[in-house]
Amino acid sequence: MTPRQKRMTFVGLLIAGVGLFIALIMMALNENINHFYSPTEVLEGKAPDDHSFRIGGLVVTGSVNRSTDSLKILFDLTDGAKNFTVQYEGILPDLFREGQGIVATGKLSGDKSVFVADEVLAKHDENYMPPEVADALEKSGKMEEAMKSGHPASVPVGAPEVWRDK
Amino acid sequence: MIPEIGHFALILALCLALIQGVVPLIGAHKRYSSWVEVAFPAALGQTLFITISFICLTYAFIVNDFSVGYAARQSNTELPMIYKISAVWGGHEGSLLMWTWFLAIWSAAVVLFSKSIPQIMRGRVVAVMGLVSVGFLLFTLITSNPFDRIFPAPLEGRSLNPLLQDPGLIIHPPMLYMGYVGFSVAFAFSIAAMLGGKLDSAWARWSRPWTNIAWVFLTLGIALGSWWAYYELGWGGWWFWDPVENASFLPWLVGTALIHSLAATEKRGVFKAWTVLLAVFTFSLSLLGTFLVRSGVLTSVHAFANDPERGIFILMFLVVVVGASLTLYTWRAPQIRSAVKLNIWSREGGLLINNILLVITAASVLLGTLYPLALDALGLGKISVGPPYFNALFVPLTIPIAMLVGVAALARWKQDSLERMGKKLVIPFVVSIIVGSLLPYLLLDDVKWGAVVAGILSVWIMMTSLLGIYDRVAGKQNKWQALRNTPRGFYGMSLAHMGIAMFVMGITITSLYSTEKDVRLVKGDTYQIGDYSFIFHGVDSVTGPNYRASEGRFTAQYKGEEIASLYSQKRTYNAGGMPMTEAGIDAGFWRDLYVSLGEPLDNRGAWSVRLYHKPFIRWIWLGALIMAIGGLLAATDRRYRQSVKAPSPSTQAVTAGAA
Repeated sequence: MTPRQKRMTFVGLLIAGVGLFIALIMMALNENINHFYSPTEVLEGKAPDDHSFRIGGLVVTGSVNRSTDSLKILFDLTDGAKNFTVQYEGILPDLFREGQGIVATGKLSGDKSVFVADEVLAKHDENYMPPEVADALEKSGKMEEAMKSGHPASVPVGAPEVWRDK
Repeated sequence: MIPEIGHFALILALCLALIQGVVPLIGAHKRYSSWVEVAFPAALGQTLFITISFICLTYAFIVNDFSVGYAARQSNTELPMIYKISAVWGGHEGSLLMWTWFLAIWSAAVVLFSKSIPQIMRGRVVAVMGLVSVGFLLFTLITSNPFDRIFPAPLEGRSLNPLLQDPGLIIHPPMLYMGYVGFSVAFAFSIAAMLGGKLDSAWARWSRPWTNIAWVFLTLGIALGSWWAYYELGWGGWWFWDPVENASFLPWLVGTALIHSLAATEKRGVFKAWTVLLAVFTFSLSLLGTFLVRSGVLTSVHAFANDPERGIFILMFLVVVVGASLTLYTWRAPQIRSAVKLNIWSREGGLLINNILLVITAASVLLGTLYPLALDALGLGKISVGPPYFNALFVPLTIPIAMLVGVAALARWKQDSLERMGKKLVIPFVVSIIVGSLLPYLLLDDVKWGAVVAGILSVWIMMTSLLGIYDRVAGKQNKWQALRNTPRGFYGMSLAHMGIAMFVMGITITSLYSTEKDVRLVKGDTYQIGDYSFIFHGVDSVTGPNYRASEGRFTAQYKGEEIASLYSQKRTYNAGGMPMTEAGIDAGFWRDLYVSLGEPLDNRGAWSVRLYHKPFIRWIWLGALIMAIGGLLAATDRRYRQSVKAPSPSTQAVTAGAA
């Protein structure tokens, strides 16, 4: 091979390699993306029924229903406009409480009536509202109401600015 | 009064940082050596004033001065003294002050310990660090002054987040910050070298020990954070691919690449331009990490309430730093040419592959971390990228790294042959196949493919690393003398690589063989996991210094024999309503038993409980610890401490330029 051919082969291989790498990465990424939906959007049928996604909102006061003989738990999430029922089996995070903003990851049940969560995230900081939840509340216009009702997000002055590197 | 002194000291530090950043650079450009010398006293003075400032803030916490708003938000009279002190860096303002303080300490260290470096170079390095310091001092003073008073002063503070009231969290942030900030030294060296226009192997040699030490701190900081998450979050996980974790992992990956590429640049004069770029990227990623953590743009298990204005400031700072560095780079890069031809069958060839793999890994982690942010910013919806993405990429990228790590270290610089390497590697190869496949049979109950692969890889890394040391001794008359003559840097490298062997074994076996059960238990119940059984003895009330707790008591049995008592608490702190779980762990070299109390399920004493059996989990952190010790050994190699008695032509050129 002439030096020129050699160089071209090298460049060609490089492009092929980079292309393959990007293709693989994008594939891995697309398979593992979870979109976020509010309870309203789920009820409108916007959420996928075969792929896992995230749902977020405030835990409706009085809706938490525990099974007596297993770790199953049912609760409603609200974005202020609509509610959606979430089912979870296991131990909830310490900060899970009624009225608290949470985000759950999971799938819709077969009949699309319940969100079966395999992970429930509440945050380390009691004054923190997940941005998605805040956004969903804004959209439904219920943010102010949530603030007034004594949701932790209404404590801006002197809220512990918790150190965030874990 | 004391807080005002602290505030004032901070302002003085800013003035000194400005002088430290600007005057020496002009001096270096105009060849005024007295202007260059200004850098050193200015850096020491800056360090002194920030130290005073930090002491003043600590004092406010110790004496419960809640007229200081930051202390009122972070501390509380009931807090034990040690946590009052660690609460100083428990919040945004204080941790930022600590960041800046460490930056000053690093620049003072360059002033004090790099005396053998030509003055003009040292002046430039310290000046660049001064400029970075200006940015952070401005940030602290404008957006996050920790000394701001509040009126009226509350009688009681709001207390430190209970999750942070933990010994691991006293040292984890300082370690991590020392690591982040430490990369500013490598960054400053590369910028100084570009400013001087002399990108030879000398700058690489000077910045190597600094980069190593920063890397050691970052390694320990990340390992401590992972360990803390394991026992304190109560989920028994040690890594979640959480954006905030990724933010610390990114500079580590690129910093690791930097350490290796610096070696190649110093020894063989190759990858010069690339090494400079890596130094810039490593520090930029440290800054990006700070931005991601501080700005509140992320949804993360670690996310807390935040102020977006601060995020914008750091983002702008990041843009300025990266922009200025890359502009300088594009201006200087055409002048940098590696004169030496690269042969892939050589140690530098191995280092090149190492760099490619590490940077690809970093790029894919970065993509997964920033992709959700990018989509959100473009209004394309809110998404999150799950751990499977990271695992899917990380595992295939780690295997080649593990295969090559010991081998590349065995190769000769400049030119080696496949034949020579092949001959050498036959025995280690056979041994690692045999021993590596046998390990899972000996250590574990059932054999999984992953464990066999990890076993082979780990033994392979161990064998090839030991072979490197053996090579140094083989054929020598006086073996002991040969061992002593082997430089400390070589031992450091071998040890760090062996740390990877332990780490690979740890993560693989923990991931494949852990048992995790969420169960419902009533007093007297027994739950079996493999040969281990957990017996629940009920829950009692206990009182701590500033909290009350329900304590679940458990005993663990191995094949019917009692081996440990485990206590897990559900704590409620007096200062705040936030409950917190303290896991009960019986730690061991081969396995951990882990109990974490959930919630009461009814009035008759039924509780939800998490029970874990985690084999080999300690190996993960021990591996990281060994890597860090290796890095420390390498950084303290004698040759870095020798003063330059006979300057190489390149350094002469620089000093001549100064005169």
